[in-house]
Amino acid sequence: MKTVFERPKSLTDAQFSYCPGCTHGIVHRLIAETIDELGIEGRTIGIAPVGCSVLAYEFFACDMVQAAHGRAPAVATAIKRVNPNNIVFAYQGDGDLASIGMAETVHAATRGEKITVIFINNAIYGMTGGQMAPTTLPGQITQTSPYGRSVATEGYPVRMVEMLSTLDGVALAERVSVDTPARIRQAKKAIKKAFQYQVDDVGYSIIEVISSCPTNWGLSPEDALDWLRENMLPYYPLGTYKDVRELELAVPKVDEPAAVPDPVPVAVAAGAVLGGEAGEDS
Amino acid sequence: MKGNEAIAESAIRAGAKCFFGYPITPQTELAAYMSKRMPKEGGVYLQAESEIAAINMVYGASAAGARCMTSSSSPGISLKGEGISYIAGADLPAVIVNIQRGGPGLGGIQPSQSDYWQATKGGGHGDFHMIVLAPSTVQEMSDEVFEAFDLADEYRTPVMILADGMLGQMMEPVVLPERKGELPEKPWAVTGHKGEREHNIVNSLHLQPEALERFNNERFERYAQIIEKEQRAEEYLTDDADVVVVAFGACARIGRSAVNKAREKGIKAGLIRPITLWPFPNRTIEAVAGSAKGFLTVEMNMGQMVDDVRLAVNGRKPVEFFGRAGGIIPTPLEVLERIESLAEKLGVAPTPAIATEGGAR
Repeated sequence: MKTVFERPKSLTDAQFSYCPGCTHGIVHRLIAETIDELGIEGRTIGIAPVGCSVLAYEFFACDMVQAAHGRAPAVATAIKRVNPNNIVFAYQGDGDLASIGMAETVHAATRGEKITVIFINNAIYGMTGGQMAPTTLPGQITQTSPYGRSVATEGYPVRMVEMLSTLDGVALAERVSVDTPARIRQAKKAIKKAFQYQVDDVGYSIIEVISSCPTNWGLSPEDALDWLRENMLPYYPLGTYKDVRELELAVPKVDEPAAVPDPVPVAVAAGAVLGGEAGEDS
Repeated sequence: MKGNEAIAESAIRAGAKCFFGYPITPQTELAAYMSKRMPKEGGVYLQAESEIAAINMVYGASAAGARCMTSSSSPGISLKGEGISYIAGADLPAVIVNIQRGGPGLGGIQPSQSDYWQATKGGGHGDFHMIVLAPSTVQEMSDEVFEAFDLADEYRTPVMILADGMLGQMMEPVVLPERKGELPEKPWAVTGHKGEREHNIVNSLHLQPEALERFNNERFERYAQIIEKEQRAEEYLTDDADVVVVAFGACARIGRSAVNKAREKGIKAGLIRPITLWPFPNRTIEAVAGSAKGFLTVEMNMGQMVDDVRLAVNGRKPVEFFGRAGGIIPTPLEVLERIESLAEKLGVAPTPAIATEGGAR
């Protein structure tokens, strides 16, 4: 009998702690497949963030470090500097990477640290029960933007890979999604490229993964993916924003231009709201 | 050599492979020295984007098994509080240097000892301690760096060297030590499992209350050993002393001068200089409290260590305090006046001049 599908060796047999329909599990699997295919588990160190994926240190079979909120790039920097032969990746959510850890993110990138950052953008703080994130869309209702994110008072969401792609220290900056099988395959290619760049000593790489949070968006897993496609992908266009190995391209290779944010709060997809019933504080 | 430079050179000699810093007065020479020397030693010098990043780099480098250090001064140490707590929570060794300046807030840039409470009682959130060493000479700054790295590795705990702007900027002759023996093995470090062992996890999260309590209990068992084995203090003329000055770091040098002057005036004065601020040298104070008639704690702050002196003396003898704040260094004459007035209160009449063992250091 031929085995055609099994758990990647770089994942432990610990059961994921993620909600039904959450895309963390898919991304974990893509990273683990990559580590397996590159044969680097024995020299890989992962950094788990604070947030829903804090327990990533139990799920990945490589050596793991849990970092303080937002500090994963600093921790990863030091680990890589101590043992440059290690493959070091930081796994971070939007609150962790783009809010409290913005300074660490930007400076690790501009220093060109030879690390790989996997950035999960689901436009909300998941573990604490669905508060407004730096990537929450204009008009999006969350526990702490109950009237919808007003750009007049809460400002605009941050487009991280666009911003980071302007830094000379960045070797690879891509945005992918895992909402369809085809896009999951594209995401896998991007993640593998990011790790390969580190194996090849090319430089800093970041892959932003547009993700869903059915629990805190108050949607079924399927509706959450629809909402992601209708609302997140226009604001966060998928594509390669920087790739030093393809520098001949003068312009960013993106699917479509970024949507211009509406200064007036707009209604988001029906049901994509966080009510008191959708999330519990934790 | 300047105190700041002596710390840096000694750290390299003690086997430090990484230094993560951020500019702040009055510790800047330490980072500057590291930036010159570390690359030549094959080590890592990195100027972080903030003190927060620097301490988290220490967390990462320590997790990866390297001896590593960061240094800062008072406001910067506040920013490192989060990282220090995580380092303690993950049981990582690390050496943190605080070249204190006056506070609170931005305070000033002159020498101070006003971070005693922060260092010994509140380096960050949660139930934990750091070992805190307080040098009073450039030689000790150098020697205690070696000790700090060894203690950090032995007990898997952050160790702070608590000095001040006066010691950091002071130039004195120093004999730089050489490391003896190999660095300890760190089988818990995240270096890549190479398919030869289970994956190592460096972590301070324990969601089950029982597990978190168990880890805290285990840590406090180590603290009990540290309290038992690592209390250090210097005693000067305490055997027959009526009035005992308690002072640490730069202040102890002033205290010693004042004690000598008091002896010249016929007051039997002595000095206890705590070298470990945590664990506090309770045993030394308790022993001296039996024979001394009163204590005078002298600090460059509004009165912080005096709390610990009072706890150790435990009401058996009066404990007075004299301090200057804001970066003002007390003079030996000011301290002498306090010794004299305490001696008077205690009814310790001056006797003819007694010879001392030499002048102030």
